[in-house]
This record gives sequence, structure tokens and C-alpha cells, in this order.
Amino acid sequence: MRSLLPVLTVLAVIVGIWYLAVAPMNVRVALDQAERAGEVVVPEGSVPRREVSVWRLMADNSEHVRLGYALERPRLPTPAQVGQELWKTTGEMVAKGRPWSKRGLIYHGWITLQSTLWGFALGTLLGIVGAVAIVYSRTAQLSLMPWAIISQTIPIVALAPMIIVLSSQVGIEGRGVPKAIISAYLCFFPVLVGMVKGLRAPDTSQLDLLRTYNASGLQSFLRLRLPASVPYLFTSLKVGIAAALVGTIVGELPTGAISGLGARILIGDQFGTPLAIWSALFAAAVLAGALVTLLDVIQRVTLKRMGMAT
Amino acid sequence: MSLDGPVREKAPVIQADALDLTFQTNDGPVHALKGVSLDISKGDFVSFIGPSGCGKTTFLRCMADLEQPTGGTITVNGTTPEEARKARAYGYVFQAAGLYPWRTIGRNISLPLEIMGYSKADIAERVARTLELVELSGFEKKFPWQLSGGMQQRASIARALAFDADILLMDEPFGALDEIVRDHLNEQLLQLWARTEKTIAFVTHSIPEAVYLSTKIVVMSPRPGRITDVIESSLPRERPLDIRETPEFLDIAHRVRDGLRAGHAYD
Repeated sequence: MRSLLPVLTVLAVIVGIWYLAVAPMNVRVALDQAERAGEVVVPEGSVPRREVSVWRLMADNSEHVRLGYALERPRLPTPAQVGQELWKTTGEMVAKGRPWSKRGLIYHGWITLQSTLWGFALGTLLGIVGAVAIVYSRTAQLSLMPWAIISQTIPIVALAPMIIVLSSQVGIEGRGVPKAIISAYLCFFPVLVGMVKGLRAPDTSQLDLLRTYNASGLQSFLRLRLPASVPYLFTSLKVGIAAALVGTIVGELPTGAISGLGARILIGDQFGTPLAIWSALFAAAVLAGALVTLLDVIQRVTLKRMGMAT
Repeated sequence: MSLDGPVREKAPVIQADALDLTFQTNDGPVHALKGVSLDISKGDFVSFIGPSGCGKTTFLRCMADLEQPTGGTITVNGTTPEEARKARAYGYVFQAAGLYPWRTIGRNISLPLEIMGYSKADIAERVARTLELVELSGFEKKFPWQLSGGMQQRASIARALAFDADILLMDEPFGALDEIVRDHLNEQLLQLWARTEKTIAFVTHSIPEAVYLSTKIVVMSPRPGRITDVIESSLPRERPLDIRETPEFLDIAHRVRDGLRAGHAYD
């Protein structure tokens, strides 16, 4: 409870800065609208106003500044507007009995979530298998690790369209599979690195102990290395699932996808509706938060049951 | 072989002859062991004492097949250390208890038994028996972090005893514990040794601990790692803690100290 005050303070400061930023960001659009409605605006005409700084415009037209907080198509919507838009595209849809409408974010969020989970599963599998190979074979370490690192230096935005093109060349229909591949591409790396560290966590004397029991390689893997890596695995999974979501959204952005949160962001950009972009962004953030929280809960329960609760 | 009791008592369980072990390092070869010869008989309690780098731990690890000697021969139960390890002839206790944090005390003790393929019923019976042996009955369901350092080390001894190996190899098992806990564990270890009649090889750098526990004290010195003195203890097998105040005890301790000093080059 003692940490509640600082947490709320930070939240209040962020929302406060956001509200303050709305005025200068929207002042030009607000003045255009006021001028069209017949109000007196200094200077007249939107072209001459481009030469004047937003601060000057706000000072000279202070009575019109508040219009910026209630625009139809704001450059920067207020938190309240974003909240309303989010509600309109989610809760209200449900209330109207059309939760899966393609105009709602539930549908698009579900599309993105599906690809994210497939990518997460694929990436986690690749990461774990890669880590086991690297820990058990020096050859694998020398041949896999550099490629894993290089793969993360290539901008995914550049790679995404190629993955879409290549997968359609081999006859894969739709965007689900290529999006999952792009998502897995971002997700496997944190899992790989975390699991290499986790599988190497047991110290020499613990490995020596198993040697004195004449334990087989599989026995030491299952009874020592694997359980020892569990805390590392969960930390990696939390990073990995966030990366998988980012990967999916990036996979939806430059590829002309028409569904998914990434597609909503792109469409919002093309049609000049920042509200759609912001609400899709917030939906993505809520989704990421929910996924990471879910993994965190699973981590706590698992580690508690394993006796390793911290 | 048909040996009768008394003769078998005398048969060496561990026999090292002119054992050499040289590590190749970037700074040239390091002679961890040079010309080490020693017989350990069945039922002996042998302590290895000496400054760091004298090879006492390396010698113990050679017995356990955790290090490979580069010269000489060593046998355990008449076979190579590797065969002895594969036959699970010894239990090894490390300086750190090294219990698995994700296993309860009971399941830590059952670890070697699971690996060796004992039946469930047998495991349960052995875990209960060894826990009793180290006076940890009732702690079976606790996790290691819920126990003190001394109790954790007792659990690790129980783990080494669980599969009834005749040989117990202990590498400074009480090195990280405080004096009072150590005294208590030493006393318990002697009782356990008397009850189980195991052959124990025990590495330490405490003179009182070595003298109090051992039937035979092996004094070692570094560069190259070698044996400088082997002292047969004249103390009775039954040893209350206050035996440490007797003249005999002090005599032996004095001889160990002299041996350590003679072998120690202060460079």
C-alpha cells in the first residue's frame, strides 16, 4: 500500500503532461475549425499561420485553445478521447451484440493475439532447442550463436515484407503463418540467451555430484539442468512474449494486412485518423500487459510449488 | 576369494602407489600430486590435512574418478576408480551442501536413489533411515532454504549415505560452518562412523578436527603436492569431545603441527 502513492503520482504526471501537450499539438487544427465557424483568429488563414509558432498562436488566440480538446480528428487526442474510442470499439460492440465486428478492436486484437501466440510457441521452441544444442555442443555454440546475434541486428521492418513474399512463393496462403514467423524471429532470441544461461547455471560441484552417481546425460539434463533453468526461462518468456507481440504488429504494418492491430495502426495513418492509431496502440499495450502478467502469475505459482519462491 | 573376517578387515580399500597428477596451465605445469603412495584399510577414518595447494582435494578427487592421475596407480576396492564410481562404491560430500533448491530435503536424499533406479518403496525406506541417521527426521518435507547451514550439510551427508556405499569421501564438509556447529557435527560423524563401519576419507584444514576424528592423519605439503607424514592415532575409537584436552590428543596435534610446519615453504 505504501507504494501506491508514488505509482499514482507517476501516472498523474504522465496524464498531466499528455493533457498539457494536447493544446500546442492541436492548436492549428482548432484555429482552422474556429475560423471556418466564423470566429476571429489571428493571423487569418491557415497558410499564414504556418509561419507562426504554436506558442504564439496559443497566446494570441487563447479563447480558442480549448477547442483543441474536443476535435473530431485531433493530431493528439486526449486520454479521455482515446478511452472513449477504445470503449466504442470494444465494450460498446459487445453491448450491441456484435463483439466480432471487423470495426471493433476485439476482432483485430484476436487476430494479432493468434499470430503472437503461434510466434511465441515457435520462438520459444526454437530458443530452447537452440540453447540445449549450444550448451551441449561446442560446435553448435560456434556455429549457431553468431547467427542468432546477427539475426537480431537486421531491422525486422526490412525483413518482414520478404518473409511475406517468400512464404507466398512456397504456396502459403494468408498472413497467419508469415506473421507467426516474423513474431518467432523476434521472440526466440531472449529465450535462447536466457536458457543458455539457465542450463549453465548449475556449478561444477553439482555436476561432479551427478558424476559420482554415474548419472547419464539425460538424467543430469532432466534432474539438474532443466529445473535449474526454470527461473531463467520465465524471465526470458516474459521478454519473449512482448517481443512476439511487437513482431506480429510489425508483421502487419508494412505488408498491407487488413486485419490485426498493426493493420489498424496503418489504416489510421493512411486515413488521417490518429484516434484509431492511438486506440490500437493502447489495445496492443493492454494485450502485452495482460500476457506478461499472465506469465508472471504462472512464474510465481510454479516457483512457489518448486520451493524457489523469492 | 574366501577370506575370513579378520583378514578382510586389513585389506586395503584404497591403494595409491606413486601417484602423479600434473596440470598443464598457461604458466607451465603444476604438480598437484607427486609420488603419493598410501593404503587406506577397511573401516579407517583417514584425514588429509595441509595448506592450500597441497593436493589433498585433488587426491580425494582421484579416488572418486573426478580427476585423472597422470602417473602411478590407484585402486578403489581393488578396481580402477572409474569402475568403483560406476559400481557406486562411494558417497561424496562436497564443501558446499549443494542441495537442489527445488527439491525438499527428502527428495534431495532420494536423488541418487532415483538415478540408480531404486524402487519407490525402497527409496522411502532409505530416505527415512538416513534422515534418522543424521538426526533430521521430521525435516523431510522442508526445502533447503528453511534449514540452517549445519542442517543442510547433514542432509548432504545423508544423501551420500542413502545408497549404502562402503566408502565416504568428504571434502572439507564442515569448512564453512562455525566452531560450535562443527564440534557437534564432528561428534555426530564419529557416532555415524561407529554405527555404519564405513571407510572415510576426510579433507580438512583444521588440526583439532583431523586429530579428533581420525584413526590415521595424512599430512601433506604443496609444490609439489606430496605426503610428508602419516600419523597413526593412538586415541581410542570411543571419543568424547573432551578427549581434546588430554595429553595424548595434544601430543598428536603437536606432531601434526610440526609436520605442517616442516612441509611449509614460506615463499
